[in-house]
Amino acid sequence: MTVVRLLDQDRPMLHFTLDGGPAEARQGDTVLTALLTLGTTVRTSEFGDGPRAGFCWMGACQDCFLLVDGVAARACGTLVAAGMSVVRR
Amino acid sequence: MSVVVVGAGPAGVRAVERLVNGGQRPAWIDEAPDGGGRVFQKPPPGFARRGAALYGEDAGRAHSLHAALEALKPRTDWRPGTLVWNLRPGPRLLDLQGDAGHSTLAYDQLILCTGAMDRVVPIPGWTQPGVTSLGAAQIALKTQGLAMGRRVALCGTGPLLLLLAWQLTKAGAAPALVLDSTPWATTLRAAPGLARNPLMALRGLGWLARLTVRTGAVPLRIEPGCTGLVWRDGRGEHRTEVDAVALGWGLKPETQLADLAGVPFAFDPLQRLWLPERDAAGRTAVPGVFLAGDGASVGGSVMAELGGARAALVVLGDTGAEAARLDRAIAREARFRTALERAYPYPHALAAAMPDDTLLCRCEAITAADLRASVAPDINRGKALTRVGMGRCQGRLCGPPAAEVLAAALGCDIAEVGRLRGQMPVKPVPMA
Repeated sequence: MTVVRLLDQDRPMLHFTLDGGPAEARQGDTVLTALLTLGTTVRTSEFGDGPRAGFCWMGACQDCFLLVDGVAARACGTLVAAGMSVVRR
Repeated sequence: MSVVVVGAGPAGVRAVERLVNGGQRPAWIDEAPDGGGRVFQKPPPGFARRGAALYGEDAGRAHSLHAALEALKPRTDWRPGTLVWNLRPGPRLLDLQGDAGHSTLAYDQLILCTGAMDRVVPIPGWTQPGVTSLGAAQIALKTQGLAMGRRVALCGTGPLLLLLAWQLTKAGAAPALVLDSTPWATTLRAAPGLARNPLMALRGLGWLARLTVRTGAVPLRIEPGCTGLVWRDGRGEHRTEVDAVALGWGLKPETQLADLAGVPFAFDPLQRLWLPERDAAGRTAVPGVFLAGDGASVGGSVMAELGGARAALVVLGDTGAEAARLDRAIAREARFRTALERAYPYPHALAAAMPDDTLLCRCEAITAADLRASVAPDINRGKALTRVGMGRCQGRLCGPPAAEVLAAALGCDIAEVGRLRGQMPVKPVPMA
């Protein structure tokens, strides 16, 4: 999948860490936006059916959960902050 | 009297507005960091688009709602970023989780304006990255300025399908394919009812005139890697190259808190959904609990504003001229809504016939075959036996299609398999 930055993308860059490594997003990006525009996914299904990348983008489906600064969070409802630690499962 | 309003979308804002005008200072809770609901959700700080660039022909209504929201925040106990994860009807308590951790909140009167989410039909491949709901694709465009791909297929039925196709086209990212499951003849039969609301009907015709929509067309499966979509219309099977797919067959209300409150539910044969019972003013059989907006029954944002205001008047004991005016407007909107449901029905036969290997329940990765083989007498037994609907989303996505699959397997009417009961926490919460 290739999520396309289409409109309103002239925003300052932010640095955060993804699974311990350096990563970049733009101010106002959700963690979900940041991960998908980096060309990656959110988590791996614990049932062996492959990668997942969320579905509803409104906090209902619970398919985009990961760890933000050590706490379970939904990627779709969490804005990236400078220095934030995002860890995928 | 302690009044609590849950939700700050169109219904919640208009409910709180009436309460404040009536001398109340309600506690006002929204799960999102700011109000507006999904329909009038604002992008985070830093985005430049405003007005019509975000809300199109509804920009005036969005502006009015946002202005009311801002004016009301200081006149209420405003608690954004707060999830109501449990409701205890005996002691009339809400369990909350916000930035400051867990807390409880007592209520005497409670107006639930909990909104709606997409209603889906699971198809093989739908759990892959690149596949989202229609609502997700719209939120991505509106609040993040994103297109889900360069070749996006939109599949479903109803106003959101057409609106999103038009919004993407206007933004320079026209969808590669738009599949409307409803045959044109079905929509046409509902035309007299739709014409009751000429403004909305003309708006829809305007989108249609500028889009290529395949009607009576349904998605069959999404290929591995989300590289192709196989679909079917009256002329046979087709394959279209895609890099993203968005699915949505109308909306369904978020009824979990009404369920925990003990509000009785009834099966609505038109929507083929179990809905919390309430009267036109939002009263339920549970004293002190009122429902308004799409969280009670999907009626759209105009209906939500009316319903929120109307429920607040009941709480205030106001039976004056405004209540009568709202009742008339609600009845008018309800007739239009009935026509819309007839024009764009949920394709229940498609759901009932989903292939055996479809991941019906995406949380627990349970296939349609698993549920069929359970021969459970009702959907809650089906949940116990197979874990369908037992995952993190609590059956929000798989509930209605699972009922279709089970009812078809048992050869009974869908109402007979019942509905998945709500459980707390209504969403996962960190307990540490």
